[in-house]
Amino acid sequence: MLSDQTPSAGRRLSRRHLLLGGAAAGIGAVGAVGAVGIDLATNSNPPVVAEPLNGTHTVPFYGVHQAGIDTVPQSNATLIALDLHAGTDAATLQRFMKILTSDAARLSQGEAALADSEPELAVAPARLTVTFGFGPGLVALAGGTAPSWLRPLPAFGVDQLDPAWGDGDLLLQIAADDSLTVAHTTRMLLKDSRSFATIRWVQRGFRRAPGSVKPGTTMRNLFGQVDGTVNFVPGTPDFERLVWGAAENPAWLHGGTGFVLRRIAMQLDKWDKLDRSGREASVGRTLSNGAPLTGVNETDDPDFDAKTAIGFPVIPEFSHLRRARSENPDERILRRGYNYDDAPTGGSVSHSGLLFVSFQADVDAQFVPIQRRLDELDLLNEWTTPIGSAVFAIPPGCAAGGYIGDTLF
Amino acid sequence: MTLTNTPRLLIVAVAAVLALAGCAGTTATSEPNATVEPAATTTAAAGLTISDPWVKAAETGMSAAFGSLENASDTDINVVSAASSAATMIELHETVEDDSGAMIMQQKEGGFIVPAGGSYELAPGANHLMLMGLTAPLTAGVEATFTLTLSDGSTFEFTAPAKDYSGANENYEETDMDMDMDK
Repeated sequence: MLSDQTPSAGRRLSRRHLLLGGAAAGIGAVGAVGAVGIDLATNSNPPVVAEPLNGTHTVPFYGVHQAGIDTVPQSNATLIALDLHAGTDAATLQRFMKILTSDAARLSQGEAALADSEPELAVAPARLTVTFGFGPGLVALAGGTAPSWLRPLPAFGVDQLDPAWGDGDLLLQIAADDSLTVAHTTRMLLKDSRSFATIRWVQRGFRRAPGSVKPGTTMRNLFGQVDGTVNFVPGTPDFERLVWGAAENPAWLHGGTGFVLRRIAMQLDKWDKLDRSGREASVGRTLSNGAPLTGVNETDDPDFDAKTAIGFPVIPEFSHLRRARSENPDERILRRGYNYDDAPTGGSVSHSGLLFVSFQADVDAQFVPIQRRLDELDLLNEWTTPIGSAVFAIPPGCAAGGYIGDTLF
Repeated sequence: MTLTNTPRLLIVAVAAVLALAGCAGTTATSEPNATVEPAATTTAAAGLTISDPWVKAAETGMSAAFGSLENASDTDINVVSAASSAATMIELHETVEDDSGAMIMQQKEGGFIVPAGGSYELAPGANHLMLMGLTAPLTAGVEATFTLTLSDGSTFEFTAPAKDYSGANENYEETDMDMDMDK
């Protein structure tokens, strides 16, 4: 799975590193030892073991849960909603999901899909994941019972929703640390969708490129804010209960979860008028490292009782942090969002925002109360507008030989 | 034919076929009367597997099936014919350059030879199983079952999912006008 366009200097370097690595591990063949000897004689640099190429990393496809939820967020994501053709029946839907599952399973492991016209684009999976979500229409078509929360979110006062960015029958979340991999996977899945569905919307998002900052660093949005502090950690009881839990969800959804996408336009030009202290007050966190205004480090607990010298709360009552935080520990969600930065239109110079993505076992019990509080009061609303909204049920993963959604039929 | 495989090895080979093929189930069968002493005999089909089989989706008329035939045995395997309930007739085709330099499809004389320990690629624009007279629409996601008959009379069965594919529009030598597999 090495790059097919490695510059010759790089290739020589890689070969040397591999040879040295092999020799150091005590498996150097006679030829390799000879090559090392020559190399050392002509190069005084200390030996370095080559890091595996970023593109070679893979995330398992098959499993109890779908990938792309507890996966450390990749740098690039394309979210797609499809509408099933009128007249689609359950048997057709099964065929569709088998094809998409096969494509996703193969591409995520760096194998070309069946009938892949560009197999050379499949060789660098770069942690590719494809996550499928079902809208209420699809669940009904399959004859399944939808969870009570699988419906459009209640209307919020701040919303200015454009139906062009909302809802859908089938969600595809395609994410990888390589935008060419995302593009090829998107192409393959959409080619295989033509007989079954049409595109409702496509939303592309990005984070920092892999290797730019330390792995695990919370992402920054285009306001410059640290965005997504205090997230569940995979494998913890919180993650199990609040992402994979919800025993009241229908049986076919066990091992799955709920998905919310909010397309949030960010008025960067208006944000520019706000000074640094105003920006920090609006969210209740510092811009430098995302620490609460009462703390030092990003992960410090906020002290909502702390007061300024003249008696005002250090973390303002109207701040995003204060308003988003609930006393009820069940009202929490897994955030996994992406920035978007589309081409400006109509004389503006920015057309940017956030693809707010959250996963939660029960959308009504976990997401909606948070959004209600933010709708009532959140200073950040001055610079942000939800313009798209979609809710999907994320079915569980599948075993090899099965397909995503096989618990529904 | 060499008689090197023990029954135990034969079982292992069949298990390997199933494991390799994943979702597409495959079975190797031998004709009941082909072996006098089953305990000491193996068939050509026992050494044959196919990986990544698929067939081009088509509503009516013609289509083609692809995949990589693999021969784990130490004897060449000769595929002499193919059949499927999805089509009234199947031919073993190769794609060759004609006198004018155009690529055309034609029946492969003598069938496909899968070399001992090697593989034989069936791919768009190259060798393939040519389906003629589809018996029903071969829509995307439908699985078609194929039976290959080998020169020793043994048969090898596999299933292949239909996939939408815009390529594989080869021309035919037999006709005056170009025929498009999409039509």
